[in-house]
Amino acid sequence: MKILVVDDEKDVRFLFEQRFRKEIRRQEMYFVFAYSGEEALNYLNENPHEAVLILSDINMPGMSGLELLETIKKKFLKPPPFVMMITAYGDETNYQTAMKLGADDFLTKPLDFSQLKEKLKEIN
Amino acid sequence: MHKNLKKILEVVQDSSISDETKGIIANACASLKDELDFIKSNLDSAEDKEHSHAILLKEVTVELGEKQRALVEVRAELTDAYEKLKAGQTRLLQTEKMATLGELTAGITHEIQNPLNFITNFAEVNRELCEELLIELEKGNGEEAKNLATDFKVNSEKILHHSQRAATIVKSMLQHSRTNIGEKVPTDINSLCDEYMRLAYHGMRAKDKSFNVNLVSSFDDTLLPIMVVPQDIGRVLLNLITNAFYAVAEKRSHMQRNYLPQVSIITKNQNDSLKIQLIDNGSGISEEISEKIFQPFFTTKPAGEGTGLGLSLSYDIIKSHGGDILVESHENIGTSFTVILPHKT
Repeated sequence: MKILVVDDEKDVRFLFEQRFRKEIRRQEMYFVFAYSGEEALNYLNENPHEAVLILSDINMPGMSGLELLETIKKKFLKPPPFVMMITAYGDETNYQTAMKLGADDFLTKPLDFSQLKEKLKEIN
Repeated sequence: MHKNLKKILEVVQDSSISDETKGIIANACASLKDELDFIKSNLDSAEDKEHSHAILLKEVTVELGEKQRALVEVRAELTDAYEKLKAGQTRLLQTEKMATLGELTAGITHEIQNPLNFITNFAEVNRELCEELLIELEKGNGEEAKNLATDFKVNSEKILHHSQRAATIVKSMLQHSRTNIGEKVPTDINSLCDEYMRLAYHGMRAKDKSFNVNLVSSFDDTLLPIMVVPQDIGRVLLNLITNAFYAVAEKRSHMQRNYLPQVSIITKNQNDSLKIQLIDNGSGISEEISEKIFQPFFTTKPAGEGTGLGLSLSYDIIKSHGGDILVESHENIGTSFTVILPHKT
């Protein structure tokens, strides 16, 4: 299962690689990282049909996670990949907007990895 | 007739001089009397004048006394009004500070939640690593135990780094809400610019979900720390950045889709000063308005949205650091603010 993580915080890569080290070691999961919405779209353009799940932060400089979500769901691959939004503010407007734009799930920071792992199991 | 003149005339009548001579003397006495009368009347009127002058002087003195009392009263009133004005100004400053704090809150939430996310998760990873480490040690698997210990160490450093990041944010938030005058401390202007750019950006983003901008920063690495009041300079930066964000958002609301909002922050070392430049490609300011922007209470924002003190306070802050703040703007093209700070403030 290939997962694309989009966040402007660079340490996110290190955190995911540690949090999923067993899964990565067992080759059950593969992670790719993009540090902006634009970078994520570039990756998706160059590697279509690769990532089955996209985990994206909402608040990033440049293209926001919500814009990325909208683009992926509207213009991209059929069927579009599963998109989970992650945000530091779990406010209602963000949640509603994300859902309206077609987000498949919505998580808040600090990220609960055991919860995330459960969700990933279900998708798999 | 005057007593002495009468006597002269009597003596002349009794004497044996001729009647003609007596007539001449009598005439001379008569005109002498007229002259004396004239002199007397002049003296009398002078005396009268002197008297009325004395009265007038008295009146004036009384009047002056009254005026002086009135002046003392006015002075007391003015002192009182001045004190009230000063208290009002302090309150206004505090209001402006709280307004910027409000603007910052969302940015602060974001900036604290992110490090907190790392702290929580790296700490949990470390707990797991410890358990694994114990198992590997029991198995006598030294090599694997070493790897785990190395990861553990790196994670601890991450935790430390993100804790410090959160602490810095909380500290600058506290400095923002305080009323007291800050102290000048050696400050890295590049990281101050970076910090406030992020705070302003996340603040704006939280308020307006559709807000979008391309942030460009170009920092001069040769910049040395300078002595400034960091929260004051931070406030100036926050103000200029927020204004730039408003300008690009304003232009975006009137523009076709292919407009790309951009805000750049540039620092540059100069001979005896450093320069911070904030450039946006937003709506710009007309010449008429740009003359007024540093005036207190001048705002182009809708009522209730701006205090109109931001730029006037910024101006005062930069001037109190011995620096200068300049603006250059073209309508519909953009605005550039330049802050000059001397190396020795």
